[in-house]
Amino acid sequence: MTSISSSSAASAASGSTASASTTRTDSLLPEGSEHLASQESADAHHDARLFGLATFLVADGMTFAGFFAAYLTFRAVNPLPEGSTYELELLLPTINTVLLLVSSFTFHRAGQACRADQLSKARSWLLVTGGLGLAFLAGQMVEYFTLPFGLTDNLFASTFYALTGFHGLHVTLGAICIGIVALQTRPGGAISASSHFGLEAAELYWHFVDGIWVVLYGILYLL
Amino acid sequence: MTVATPRELEPQLQEPLQPAGWLRYFSFSLDHKVIGLQYLVCGFFFYLVGGLLAGAIRTELATPLSDFMPRDTYNEVLTLHGTVMIFLWIVPVVNGAFGNYLIPFYVGARDMAFPRLNAVAFWMIPPAGLLLISSYFLAGAAAQSGWTAYPPLSLTTPAAGQIVWILSVLLLGGSSIFGAVNFIATVLKLRRPGLKLMQLPMYCWAMLGTSLLVVLSTPVLAGVLILLSFDIIAHTGFFNPALGGNVVVYQHLFWFYSHPAVYIMVLPAFGLVSEILPVHSRKPLFGYTTMVYSIMAIVFLGLIVWAHHMFTSGTPPWMRLFFTIATSFIAVPTGIKFFNWLATLWGGKIALNSAMLFSCGFILNFVFGGITGITLAQVPFDIHVHDTYYVVGHFHYIVYGGTVFVIFASLYHWYPKFTGRLLNEDLGRLHFVLTFIGFNLCFLPQHWLGLNGMPRRVAEYDPTFSTLNQVSSVGALIMAISTLPLLINVVVTALYGTPAGDNPWNALTPEWLTTSPPPVENWSGEAPLVTEPYGYGQHQPAGPSSHPLTPAA
Amino acid sequence: MQIRTAVTTALAATALIATGMLVGTQVNLLPVDASSNAAAYDSLFKVLFSIGTMLFAGILIVLVYSLVRFRRRAGDGADGPPTEGNLPLEIVWTAIPAVVVLFIGIYSYDIYERMGGMAPLDHDAMHHQASAMIEASVQPAASQAIGEDQASGERLWGGIRPIDGDVLPVDVTAMQFAFIFHYPEGEITSGELHVPLGRPVELRMKALDVIHAFWVPQFRLKQDVIPGQPTVLTFTPTRAGTYPVICAELCGPYHGGMRTSVVVHEPDDYLAWVQANSPAITNT
Repeated sequence: MTSISSSSAASAASGSTASASTTRTDSLLPEGSEHLASQESADAHHDARLFGLATFLVADGMTFAGFFAAYLTFRAVNPLPEGSTYELELLLPTINTVLLLVSSFTFHRAGQACRADQLSKARSWLLVTGGLGLAFLAGQMVEYFTLPFGLTDNLFASTFYALTGFHGLHVTLGAICIGIVALQTRPGGAISASSHFGLEAAELYWHFVDGIWVVLYGILYLL
Repeated sequence: MTVATPRELEPQLQEPLQPAGWLRYFSFSLDHKVIGLQYLVCGFFFYLVGGLLAGAIRTELATPLSDFMPRDTYNEVLTLHGTVMIFLWIVPVVNGAFGNYLIPFYVGARDMAFPRLNAVAFWMIPPAGLLLISSYFLAGAAAQSGWTAYPPLSLTTPAAGQIVWILSVLLLGGSSIFGAVNFIATVLKLRRPGLKLMQLPMYCWAMLGTSLLVVLSTPVLAGVLILLSFDIIAHTGFFNPALGGNVVVYQHLFWFYSHPAVYIMVLPAFGLVSEILPVHSRKPLFGYTTMVYSIMAIVFLGLIVWAHHMFTSGTPPWMRLFFTIATSFIAVPTGIKFFNWLATLWGGKIALNSAMLFSCGFILNFVFGGITGITLAQVPFDIHVHDTYYVVGHFHYIVYGGTVFVIFASLYHWYPKFTGRLLNEDLGRLHFVLTFIGFNLCFLPQHWLGLNGMPRRVAEYDPTFSTLNQVSSVGALIMAISTLPLLINVVVTALYGTPAGDNPWNALTPEWLTTSPPPVENWSGEAPLVTEPYGYGQHQPAGPSSHPLTPAA
Repeated sequence: MQIRTAVTTALAATALIATGMLVGTQVNLLPVDASSNAAAYDSLFKVLFSIGTMLFAGILIVLVYSLVRFRRRAGDGADGPPTEGNLPLEIVWTAIPAVVVLFIGIYSYDIYERMGGMAPLDHDAMHHQASAMIEASVQPAASQAIGEDQASGERLWGGIRPIDGDVLPVDVTAMQFAFIFHYPEGEITSGELHVPLGRPVELRMKALDVIHAFWVPQFRLKQDVIPGQPTVLTFTPTRAGTYPVICAELCGPYHGGMRTSVVVHEPDDYLAWVQANSPAITNT
């Protein structure tokens, strides 16, 4: 294997003390360990990047879980004085929820198109998704400006802005990723039918953000 | 799933732009072995910083009056001491240093799953640490509300220092999470073909469990610190009673992380000890399967016991009871591990070298700390000793007497692999004796002090406690002195050390089946398949071994 | 060989248990007990101390014995026996600790109950009306005048409150860096806590600024005093004397100096103290 012999040169260059020849390695092995016949299978490994991203998203989800726990505890234990709980308008957030759910579907379409080697179609779907995401953010801005309470008005207000704001940051980051991935679907870009980790990763992230929103919508607006 | 071809490994194999020699350790290296040693040395630097801070604390406490430094400075010192020791020494070293170095060897891989993420995770640490320490010199003072940063106190102390503290901890938590993602993926996805999960060395299981805890609990700390920073900067009222907030909610969220944090600090140490004891007693690790299940039990239970740190806060009676029972049960899987370690020693052929001395010291110290832990788990008992020096004694027996002793043991055990030289055994024994005596002298009296009326986090105390505090401070001084034989050992060994050979301990785990230090690709041939990492006693050599077992034996 | 091992183990275990109980019951590590629940606490302590000694001594002996008996002889390059486990043994040392831990848990539940820890905090429900919810969440503690009776039906957020009825109520206000005690019956305000021997005292506690904690080691009782979230601590003193009241939650630079005293008087002395400290009553 070319890579192995070049690594011997590299190890000499990197200053390791012992010379590493195959026979020397053999003499280090006590009886009981085995060699596998194939070098190839010993060196190759699965692409664990999506798995790593999924693990990271579990962690990210736990941050939201902490915020949700705080919100629910405050609600149960620190109720506001009568008359100061703000009824939230449901129309705009419901529209926003629909936008995000549709955008997950359009992202899924983009992935399908990419795997079918229809990159310009994939790009179109990506742009639609990004557009829906931006529309969501615009809706959020409109809601922020029309709400009767500010960040520091009371505990409910603060938690509301903290939760939706943190989520909004995630949407923004997702929209940026969609833009980058869309650029990469152009001819000569990094995304192709056979190699499209960027798109898969962005899609997983986007579904995660969507899922968080559904929970958030349920807890903040419906409960 | 796409399969990464060996070609994708070439960048780190060749590392054309990487400096050679010791400069490598100051570069953005992708090699897990370099990163592991970066974590180790960086962590040790912060250990010395934390130790200086401890020295300042014990100097102040040598007399009952607050006469060594201004009172708010003392609070800054104790805050920094705890924060530095936890986030910049112990968590990075038992996870990042030994984990990054050893796990790829143990799963039969050339590197971790995500080498670039690995380097990023390490390089978040020095700036975060320097940021934290620099806050001490900021106008307006460093954070001074303890490493627990309870509001409203943390909302009333100088804001700049507290915000810097929050930023630093967020960075360090992020680094920890990135590391955990890497460990989980490496253990679960990068195992060499033919290697089953239940054939992995125990340290892999310990790191898997620890990484699960990191992924599930560290983000909650991030969340609560973000909310705290909103309170400080934007004057929201999450934890400000004057604005309608609830300080107990902070405590719940904080401890949801910070209790698992203690397992994040201790589980890797359990794993490391499980590697060291079999080698130097020439016997298999006793009860492999039970050891795995006990790690998983500790992980699960560790997530549901946080409120035993809040027994005297405002929690309802039923909640206190639940957490007493759950916490008490952690003693069972933990106890199993200790009995299994003793059973590993029993009947073996024990070489009492420095690695073993520190491992045995660990067993004694941690059992003692574990016993005081069981007492603390009982609500009525804790009501008296919460927030006193009894607790300080307890957790130092766990983190220092436990984890730090294991770090030292691991140093003596794996130093030959890292560097190709053996550490001097005489200096090692001196290091052990001074550390063991100094440590017990420092922290044993603290239990009595707490039981009899000395609270935590104070610079002044009832003069009747003077004598024991002086004893404790002398112990701390001895601990400080004990660092010298270690430092001398490392320096002298670098210059004149005995070459170790590839496998000075005649061990069976994969890292010993290659050169010392190992080549960039870990093994010059393919990765060996070790299905029995603890297969001692099965294949007796015909005569005296060709490898020296202990140089001083 | 089996019988000898069994006998040795049995003898060792017996010696261990005996030593543990001896140390646990005879070695006194605690300050004097001065409240009714302190006696319960001290029994729990003795039990825990005994069990802890047995366990630690046992592990110490096994460890040291192993290090001596199974020390590797010079020149011996062979491995030890390939013992990988022993399921029956592991079951034993899982079951015994589980039983011990269960026993400790149940016993400390019993002690906790005897201390009054399981009693619900808001058991004078008739007071618990409209004011409770609103006050608890919005009331900034700073606006509460020290003299006001704090038992006006506010929600209690934590503490120990086993007794109703004939308690001596004392309002405790904690601030950086002092405790102020106010007696609603009699309108006495003092920097020291004075109580009569044998009568239950109910401390209703609030903080003005940051979290403090009220701790008397001789009573074995401690409770955080939390701004905006009133807490309660009830105790019955059983031994006359002066004991320290210590703040046990980091509250700022002078946390170490935040302490005062609780003076437990004989009943006559207490009346004298009340007389001497009551505000002057003007003649009609």
